[in-house]
Amino acid sequence: MRTIDLAVTPLRELNSELHRQSDGTNEAQWEILNPRGQHAVAVGVDAPIKVAVRGPVGYYGGGMNKKATITIHGSAGPGVAENMMSGSVVVKGDASQYAGATGRGGLLVIEGNAASRCGISMKGIDIVVRGNIGHMSAFMAQSGHLVVLGNAGDALGDSIYEAKLFVRGSVKSLGADCIEKEMRPEHHQHLATLLDKAGITDVKTSEFKRYGSARKLYTFNIDNADAY
Amino acid sequence: MCGIVGLFIKDKALEPRLGELTAQMLATMCERGPDSAGFAVYGAPESGKAKLTVQSADADKDFAGLDAALSKTLGVPVEFDRKSTHAVITVPADKADAARAAIKANHPGVRIMSAGETIEIYKEVGWPTDVSEQFHLKEMSGSHAIGHTRMATESAVTTMGAHPFSTGADQCLVHNGSLSNHNSLKRKLKHDGMTFETENDSEVAAAYLTWRMNQGMNLGQALEKSLDDLDGFFTFVVGTKNGFGVIRDPIACKPAVMAETDQYVAFGSEYRALAGLPGIDKAKIWEPEPATVYFWER
Repeated sequence: MRTIDLAVTPLRELNSELHRQSDGTNEAQWEILNPRGQHAVAVGVDAPIKVAVRGPVGYYGGGMNKKATITIHGSAGPGVAENMMSGSVVVKGDASQYAGATGRGGLLVIEGNAASRCGISMKGIDIVVRGNIGHMSAFMAQSGHLVVLGNAGDALGDSIYEAKLFVRGSVKSLGADCIEKEMRPEHHQHLATLLDKAGITDVKTSEFKRYGSARKLYTFNIDNADAY
Repeated sequence: MCGIVGLFIKDKALEPRLGELTAQMLATMCERGPDSAGFAVYGAPESGKAKLTVQSADADKDFAGLDAALSKTLGVPVEFDRKSTHAVITVPADKADAARAAIKANHPGVRIMSAGETIEIYKEVGWPTDVSEQFHLKEMSGSHAIGHTRMATESAVTTMGAHPFSTGADQCLVHNGSLSNHNSLKRKLKHDGMTFETENDSEVAAAYLTWRMNQGMNLGQALEKSLDDLDGFFTFVVGTKNGFGVIRDPIACKPAVMAETDQYVAFGSEYRALAGLPGIDKAKIWEPEPATVYFWER
């Protein structure tokens, strides 16, 4: 296992080392010590490696991740796993605003709470939050899944496209064009798969409600033609 | 952008380290606000005394004989402690208003940064760690401190445009964000007798809270009201003689993280600001909720 202590090694050196890894690398396990809230820790990794970050990170931790399994043993600042492509990022603590923003794929698990704008403009990423999420989450979410075991804040799913949202607790308010939808068998099945991937075994899919687009805002309606 | 740090000490044993810890926190926020910096430190009050912190762009000239002149006008001895471009003038509490008026009338180059029993405010243009060293922040002690690193957006990069702003005795405010209704609000506050030193939007927020507290509200209530009356982006950290408050606007896009232990409550724009605090590994750490008042008093 490679251990890099950010109290000694500059961040750029760490990230260049991580960027040197590719498919089939022999250095499959990495441990990063003393991140102390630094920004851009382990961003842009493009290799199937495991990275354990021992402590809180600042902005964009694990951003743009491809293939790697990154675990942050602490809290994460704004934009954790932003634009993730594949692989997974697990945050053991809380995450600040816009967690998983614009993510294209992969799995983001937040074991604590996520703040506002979680999953904003998500495009294929799956996000599972054990705690609560803040206001304006899944704003303009295009595809992928957002699973919340706790409560959601104001304006959930405002101007949502085709992302699917599952919330177990309360939703303070729904955003424009976001509605509650029926949980059909395929949704239970898919939710069960996501919970399983996130390592969550203590909740049932029947405890969740599904939310998604009413498809009245982003699709053209001939009755509105006069408005243009 | 801007960076904010704040430390409110609960355990008196930590008070001698207030300046050292605040300096260390401020240093982590340099990139967020490289153009100027400032800090308010609440030290120990001296019975029956009041302090004015003053500043001059030409301190050698403006501070020469200032204490003697003030002493003569007020008819009492004054203490004068110069720190670089700033000085702390200590006068009997009942002479504080007269001292302020005398400085304004007779010493046009001297600007008043703060007044009160415990507050001292230091702020200057420059790289934040240089500013904190210029005034020996590390050596200061006290009960609470609030610091700011500024990346100017709404008004010029000047000493007076740096934060914190103080618009009432022992009060101060720092701001990350920008207000959009500060002009109309300023007119209203001026009408009610508030005065302003700058064109800065954050000064309006400070004056607004002072105005509310003059109406008899405590800091917490004044902050609560600000949610109705201020429009724009803001994360504020506010100090009073014995209080420390935090509020974010309902959109809450300006970052904030807080930590609390038995020894202190701390605020940072980012976790980096908190990383070096004693016992941070065991602290309760959270992001303050939007449109929610956080308020501590001792």
